[in-house]
Amino acid sequence: MMLLTCPFCGKRNESEFIYGGPVGADRPDPNAVSDAEWVEYLTVTPNPLGPVREKWWHARGCGGWFAIWRDTRTHDIVEVPDGTK
Amino acid sequence: MAQSNRRASGGRIDRNQPLQFTFNGKSYEGFKGDTLASALLANGVRVTARSFKYHRPRGIMGHGPEEPATLVELDGEDASGNRPATTVPLRDGLSARSVNCWPSPEFDLGGINQLFERFLPAGFYYKTFKWPNWHLFEPSIRKAAGLAAAPAKPPARGHFEARNAHADVLIAGAGPAGLQAALEAARAGMRVFLADEGAEAGGSLLHRNLTIGGRPAMDWVADAVAELRGMENVIHLQNATVWAYREHNLLIVNQRDPEQDSILERSWRVRAGEVVIATGATERALVFGGNDRPGVMLASSVQAYVNRWGVTPGQRVVLFTNNNSAYAVAADLAVAGVTVEAILDSRNTVPKAALDLVSGITVRSGTVVSDVRGHKRVRAVKAVPANGGAGTWITCDLLACSGGWNPTVHLWSQSRSTLRFDEELAAFCPDQAVQSCRAVGAAAGVLTLDRIVDGGEDLTYRIEPLWRVDVPGQRGKAFLDVQNDVAVSDVHLALREGYDNAEHVKRYTTGGMGIDQGKTGNINIIGTVALQKGVPLQEVGTTTFRSPYTPVSFGAIGGLREETVLFPYRHTPVTQWNKDNGAVMYEAGARWRRPGYFPKPGEDLQEAVNRECRAVREGVGVYDGSPLGTFELKGRDVPQFLDFIYSNIMSSLKPGDGRYGLMLSEDGLILDDGVAFRLDEHRWMISTSTGHADAVNQQMEKLLQTEFPNWQVMITTVTSQWNNATICGPMAREVMHALGTDIDLSPEAFPFMSFRDGTVAGFPARVVRVSFTGELSYEVNVAPRHMAELWGKVMEAGAPFGILPVGSESSHVLRVEKGFLSLGHEVDGTVDAYDLGMGWAMSKKKPDYLGKRSVALRRSGGGTRRELVGILPEDPNRPIPEGAPLTPGGRKEATDGLVTACVWSVVNNRWVGLALLQNGHARQGETAHVRVKDDVIPVTVTKPVFHDPEGKLLRS
Repeated sequence: MMLLTCPFCGKRNESEFIYGGPVGADRPDPNAVSDAEWVEYLTVTPNPLGPVREKWWHARGCGGWFAIWRDTRTHDIVEVPDGTK
Repeated sequence: MAQSNRRASGGRIDRNQPLQFTFNGKSYEGFKGDTLASALLANGVRVTARSFKYHRPRGIMGHGPEEPATLVELDGEDASGNRPATTVPLRDGLSARSVNCWPSPEFDLGGINQLFERFLPAGFYYKTFKWPNWHLFEPSIRKAAGLAAAPAKPPARGHFEARNAHADVLIAGAGPAGLQAALEAARAGMRVFLADEGAEAGGSLLHRNLTIGGRPAMDWVADAVAELRGMENVIHLQNATVWAYREHNLLIVNQRDPEQDSILERSWRVRAGEVVIATGATERALVFGGNDRPGVMLASSVQAYVNRWGVTPGQRVVLFTNNNSAYAVAADLAVAGVTVEAILDSRNTVPKAALDLVSGITVRSGTVVSDVRGHKRVRAVKAVPANGGAGTWITCDLLACSGGWNPTVHLWSQSRSTLRFDEELAAFCPDQAVQSCRAVGAAAGVLTLDRIVDGGEDLTYRIEPLWRVDVPGQRGKAFLDVQNDVAVSDVHLALREGYDNAEHVKRYTTGGMGIDQGKTGNINIIGTVALQKGVPLQEVGTTTFRSPYTPVSFGAIGGLREETVLFPYRHTPVTQWNKDNGAVMYEAGARWRRPGYFPKPGEDLQEAVNRECRAVREGVGVYDGSPLGTFELKGRDVPQFLDFIYSNIMSSLKPGDGRYGLMLSEDGLILDDGVAFRLDEHRWMISTSTGHADAVNQQMEKLLQTEFPNWQVMITTVTSQWNNATICGPMAREVMHALGTDIDLSPEAFPFMSFRDGTVAGFPARVVRVSFTGELSYEVNVAPRHMAELWGKVMEAGAPFGILPVGSESSHVLRVEKGFLSLGHEVDGTVDAYDLGMGWAMSKKKPDYLGKRSVALRRSGGGTRRELVGILPEDPNRPIPEGAPLTPGGRKEATDGLVTACVWSVVNNRWVGLALLQNGHARQGETAHVRVKDDVIPVTVTKPVFHDPEGKLLRS
């Protein structure tokens, strides 16, 4: 069970959170994209071997959503890699 | 004779507290402080088990969790299976049985397998039982191969418990290194969590006659324990196994026999700043012909039985070793008056320090044991020169073996920290830490006390590895894994057949897959593989160490997270009234307990439901609608937010009005249906279906926090802040008048799909005109503290009109008659609003809303879809099971759809149903066929509404 840092509540056990999936592309204007682009947006999520930015919901705490970088190989919560926002 | 092998004095047992116990039906006596294993040895019980595959007789080999041979099943109140006898504390009245033998380990019918040993090598089952398929043979083989049976009943008393803890330092193991680490950390003021698997602190010092600063080492242990006990920043647990090391320094500890009688086991989840692994070392077995015979034991275990439990497991002992540690054992045996026939040492030169300990005992260097004589007990061992040559038989009744020491690196390795093979120790030792942990003492490869505690005195450790005895003419089977009956020949076979990776060897031979997880034997498997392949051990590597380190009961893992405790039921204030009035209670979505129906004496379900439905259609009924999910939304941007999450337009609503709508998810599926009301300019209230309230809340919060963080919308969950009694039926208005209200109830002043605030029966109330039954309905919302009283007043005011309480069974009938959809029935992962005939809910005006693009994309492919229709069985008295398939002509073909609901309609006096049918909207009037077991039911396809199709009643 991981130890996650909620920006409001501090370090809490993973069991207080609900996983929200990796952070994918921003939602495109649905009227400005092709079918293929829309499907890509819906179904293709980042799945790297290594650091991934993902959303978590502190459902059994403050209710806040936040994003962290997690290394999928080790569960290490890592600093934001250089050059990414 | 009782306890014939018990020494007259000595040991950490209390001879004044005799305990009676039974083993395989025979009665024995032991003492307080014994384990089942030490008590059996004290009573001279030699054959205590039969092996897994060949049913060979086995005895006790170890003294702790490493025990590979003797597993027992406990009977009675604390029934449990597959417990190593060495880890079962003796108590009065204990009743234990050997596993895997019948009728007894002494005389076991399964022993016939021994005759076929050479025909049952590794992989035998995979290769033999494959025609026509494995599953034909599986049941009987599983029965023959199984160990203990699962207890038939849960524990008769007590419960399991889970606890969380935080520590600056968690120390696993309270031997000399662990105690030393605990003292240092505790004196520095850190929060210390010290857990040890044994009954007493001390680790190896419990059975080794060592000194610290000139005093017995156990005096030092007692001082350390006393000092720790006096410190408030220390939690010190015995009988507590640290069995898992998880990510982010989370450790799981299983504490047995805690102080309270009512708690069977306690599971601690400890988050530690640093972890100190002081788990000691485990002695390794030696591999030679017949090394599994009863009377072949680990040398340190013999020492433990003699010193700690005052038991002499044999009278004439041969020691077989490749390292120094066995010499201290020989010395202790001599002190205990046991005859040491010889020490056989595979090394050509024995260090002088070791020899000095055993003056007067025959030491034969460069000598190994190749075979054992004796079936149910050791009678003699064959000593032969390590480099081959003629051997001699030495008569003895006990062979104590030491193959050297493995640091117990299970936890270290579970933390993903790395191992290296240390040539000097001939063992895998901790290398690089990956999490915040360090190994100390024997677990770190520091195997002697003088290097662990100041003033400790110990014999220097020297070893020359001996992975297996390899001399010509060995006859008996040489076991690498005693528990799973894996011999050297099996590993050789695996290598010949191409399974040459350590993990593959393990899975092909099952070596190391037993309950002991190969604690004494795995290293010898690795050594055997390395020898055969001609590579260093480092290259072969270990198999992966996984939790649990020792077996843990499922109860301890589950703790109290059993269903009703983990997910308590939700109740409304009417629950007690429902129970008092004979309701059959159901779970109805999201753990809410709701009344299913209210049978009168002698009435069956259908009769009760018909009566309730008739009341609603012809008179008046009332149901408790409190579980519906309710949210209040506040803020400037609520209108555009609702327009985004609902498929229809909500922003055009005027204060006081409401609208039914569908909520989609981004992939175009229907997430929920419900109503939204505008309370005033910036305040809204929405309601959701009971079961999906949490999902809707999650979707809304996620959108607002991650997609639209600048929108001003505040969501408050008010499900439990409003309770309601929904009065429905043609006479609902009369009941409302009888209750007394200051709200104008005329249809013109208070039309359908609006709400009014006022008082009802003297309570502040918000009355909403929605209808889930198709009848005139008033949903009277009040604060929870008024709900029970309101309910009573409704029943009172409604009595002259024959009001009846309505359960969820009747609600289902009423909504099917109206064709109102129910998520989970008509709505699944394939259906969209158009399929349901609700295309009107899909706004054309709005350029974008959640799910719009996906619905359009899915429908752009063309083709027919399954669409919602009504069905009328041609035989009006023929019910159809919900979920039954529709097939073309009722033939055995791919389905055409399915029946989503079928109820007895009181207004139509027949069975009516709803179905999702391929191209259903165009097939109205046709006959379709439901295919059920042994029958085909013809049905007429209709519109999905069977009552008041124009909706006049609900607007009345």
